[in-house]
Amino acid sequence: MTALSDAIERDPSLPDPAAPLSPSGNLRRRGVVSRVVEVGAWVAALFAVALLVLVVYTVVRNGLAALSLNFLFTNPVGLGGGGIFNALLGSAVIVAFAALIAVPVGVLTGIYLTEFAGPRSGAARALKLVLDLLQGLPTIIVGVVVYGLLVATTHVETGFAASIALAIVMLPLIARSSQEVLLVVPGSLREAADALGVDRWRTVLGVILPVAIGGIATGAILSIARAAGETAPLLFVDSLYNPSQTQLDLFGHGVPNIPIYIWTTYDLPTANAITNVWGAALVLLTFILLANVAARVLLARTRAKMRG
Amino acid sequence: MTASDSSASRSQSEDAAPVRVRIHAEPAAQTPQSQNGRPPEVEREAVFDIRDMAVYYGANQALGWTTLRIYRNLLTAVIGPSGCGKTTFIRSLNRMNDSIPGFRLDGQVLYHGHDVYSTRTNRVEVRRRIGMVFQKPNPFPKSIYDNVAWAPRNLGMKTDLDARVERALGHAALWDEVKNRLRDSALGLSGGQQQRLCIARAIAIEPDVLLLDEPASALDPVATASIEDLMHTLKRRFTIVIVTHNMQQAARVADRTAFFSLDMTDRERVGTLVEYADTETIFRRPTDPRTRDYVTGQFG
Amino acid sequence: MNPAGVTGDRILFGLCVFAGLLAVAVLCLVVYEVVSGAIPSISRFGVPFLVHSRWAANFGIFGAAAAIYGTIVSSLMALAIATPLGIAIGLCLSMMAPPPIRAVVGPLVEMLAAIPSVIVGFWGVVALAPFAAKHLEPFLHDVFGFIPLFGPPQTTGLSIFSAGLGLTLMVLPIIAALSRDLFLTVPEELKDGAAALGATRWEVIRGVVLPTTASGVAAATVLGLGRALGEAIAVTQLIGDGTGIHSSLFLPGTSLASQIATNYNYSESALEIPSLFYLALILLVIGLVTSVLAKTIAGRFDVQRSLAR
Repeated sequence: MTALSDAIERDPSLPDPAAPLSPSGNLRRRGVVSRVVEVGAWVAALFAVALLVLVVYTVVRNGLAALSLNFLFTNPVGLGGGGIFNALLGSAVIVAFAALIAVPVGVLTGIYLTEFAGPRSGAARALKLVLDLLQGLPTIIVGVVVYGLLVATTHVETGFAASIALAIVMLPLIARSSQEVLLVVPGSLREAADALGVDRWRTVLGVILPVAIGGIATGAILSIARAAGETAPLLFVDSLYNPSQTQLDLFGHGVPNIPIYIWTTYDLPTANAITNVWGAALVLLTFILLANVAARVLLARTRAKMRG
Repeated sequence: MTASDSSASRSQSEDAAPVRVRIHAEPAAQTPQSQNGRPPEVEREAVFDIRDMAVYYGANQALGWTTLRIYRNLLTAVIGPSGCGKTTFIRSLNRMNDSIPGFRLDGQVLYHGHDVYSTRTNRVEVRRRIGMVFQKPNPFPKSIYDNVAWAPRNLGMKTDLDARVERALGHAALWDEVKNRLRDSALGLSGGQQQRLCIARAIAIEPDVLLLDEPASALDPVATASIEDLMHTLKRRFTIVIVTHNMQQAARVADRTAFFSLDMTDRERVGTLVEYADTETIFRRPTDPRTRDYVTGQFG
Repeated sequence: MNPAGVTGDRILFGLCVFAGLLAVAVLCLVVYEVVSGAIPSISRFGVPFLVHSRWAANFGIFGAAAAIYGTIVSSLMALAIATPLGIAIGLCLSMMAPPPIRAVVGPLVEMLAAIPSVIVGFWGVVALAPFAAKHLEPFLHDVFGFIPLFGPPQTTGLSIFSAGLGLTLMVLPIIAALSRDLFLTVPEELKDGAAALGATRWEVIRGVVLPTTASGVAAATVLGLGRALGEAIAVTQLIGDGTGIHSSLFLPGTSLASQIATNYNYSESALEIPSLFYLALILLVIGLVTSVLAKTIAGRFDVQRSLAR
């Protein structure tokens, strides 16, 4: 218990332990370097926020000038005049139809990956690779391909082709988010159902999906928001339409839509054009940002439900 | 020869006469005659002077008012049942709890007389002088050599780095096992080796104090024994505080022992320091009945 | 065993397999369409198509070099800015910001990624390009003019430089959000271990956080690159209508995607559409390669994020 001699002599170059707890040795310099990095990181973060605020602010400020009930409910007139009514409706219809295709296929793919294929199996890995490749496709290529498949032969650009193109863009996103959500459904639920002898399909549809529905809906909402803003897939597939007519028939007709409206109107020479484009951009951006917020709220609720 | 206590107030159930141990003991021949059959006590300085320390995480109090002193070049063990605040206590000594949300410390933690939690205190400097080894071995995904050399390089200890690494690994009883594979990844070592590597890494920068939070609890008995052997050699050089839930381990290596327990007050469970004395007293002649219950295995 | 149940299982399984096969079929279809559409041009121009820069539809002369150049330069510029910035943001949001700030700024950064490219392009044309032409380009030319990259600015601001800026805006949030997620995966005990050795925060980042996540961050960068390389809309709006290859960033140019987007509807020559398909093929190869590369580099990290996190 009693040391006969004290500890080994301390190296005199080391800081005196009894000295005050302020930086010793090279700590002052290292502390400055660390501070500089921290400040830099904060500046970067604030820069990103400022960028977002700048873009949103510009769109809002300029878009509000165009916004009016008239704007929302009349069709375009002449060179960039009038409103965006047909484009709003058209976008809604195209995207809804695309979702009608992409959501079931995407969810089923997600179910396949989590419920049927083993995670290490060749089929699962191949499918995941395919989905990742689809997700990484430049969207203009999707447009070019759908053009080749549906438009080149008939020489008619249609809303249907637009929906197909958008569905291709949405599919990998929905498949992935569904898969992620299904993965976090507690295994105990599946085990309990199995123990009760419930058929697989009943478990999936009646137990697992209801729990995961929030997450799946989140993915669907975000994909819809994304599809609503996509322009490249529509360029060759749904940009030739009568700009001043409302058109809801997807099949056989080009359907007006917001992204193409912006694309074709923004460099028109009239003053109205720019204002109206700001207005359209505001509407689109509002929809997308609101959808994002809604998706986040939904996701938080789903997470809470799964935990508790 | 009982030294009288110079500072009056002690609210906790510490031993009545604090041990004061002189820094350089005289050679055996000149040792003063022992008075009650026990070896004479010599004066030591207090490295940590902890006064009324209480720790809160948010609204919950995790550690109740703790007062004790940790002495230089002694190995102080902190024992007690699970959840009694031992880890909270030790991590509070070198500001490692700062990153835990809601952490708040009342009272004072004085290190060589300096307030560890003062706003003028540099946290990085605190950790440079008060090192820590954690319960689960956490080697960096780097080579064995780089694990040990990383911190010295940061501190500018670049001369004789090889020698420093060798010394540290030697003191950690790991050198012979790794000397031929210093460039291999540290993650390839066994659990016991990894923990010794973490100890080597901590002592390579020659801290003043070494805090060990249950260093052997994640290890098998053989590895545990090797860690314990280390403690004997290390305590000659560093002041050591070791948290352990293994009482036998504490009895084997510690000079002084602090027993913490859970105090159920109203609805809260607050960790409190029950008794703090030299190890022999704690284990053979504990004063507090709770201590006696614990060390004789009645609970926890 | 309930026979109806087995049938139900089979139906569900069948539907799921069908869905999966549909996804595979779509990908195969995409590849097939692009390749077959490009064949007339490939057989006419072959591989030299990639190095000829002249695109003259009325003469039937097509070459991809100018488009390839514009694509690569604008994308690299965007990556050069967005990668360090994005990593810095990721570090801030994972290691430095207190929880309330993280909860607000994180989603804001992600929402930056949600801005559609047509709005980025439009905002760029109306706000960014004039700003670049009036202030950024002259400044850079004054200070760095000795480098051929920073030639004399021109008035419209529609240039490879502006396209690069637009791409930066689109790639930055991707890298930032992915980096942040990656840095959050570093185990707390590893960071504690480094901190307990008297290391400053930057040293912990440099010694533990960055090395541990390096492959993931690299993959995130590749994904950002893929996004930039494939972007058609914003680039078309911002890059101007240039031909040929020039050294200055401030001149208008063209990119693979923008060339396709601009010329698709007007075909003056029989070979123009196939040549555009040839461009699309190059773009497709780039897109597929970056996806595969990102996956390979990422290793144990899963970087292809869904939009929902």
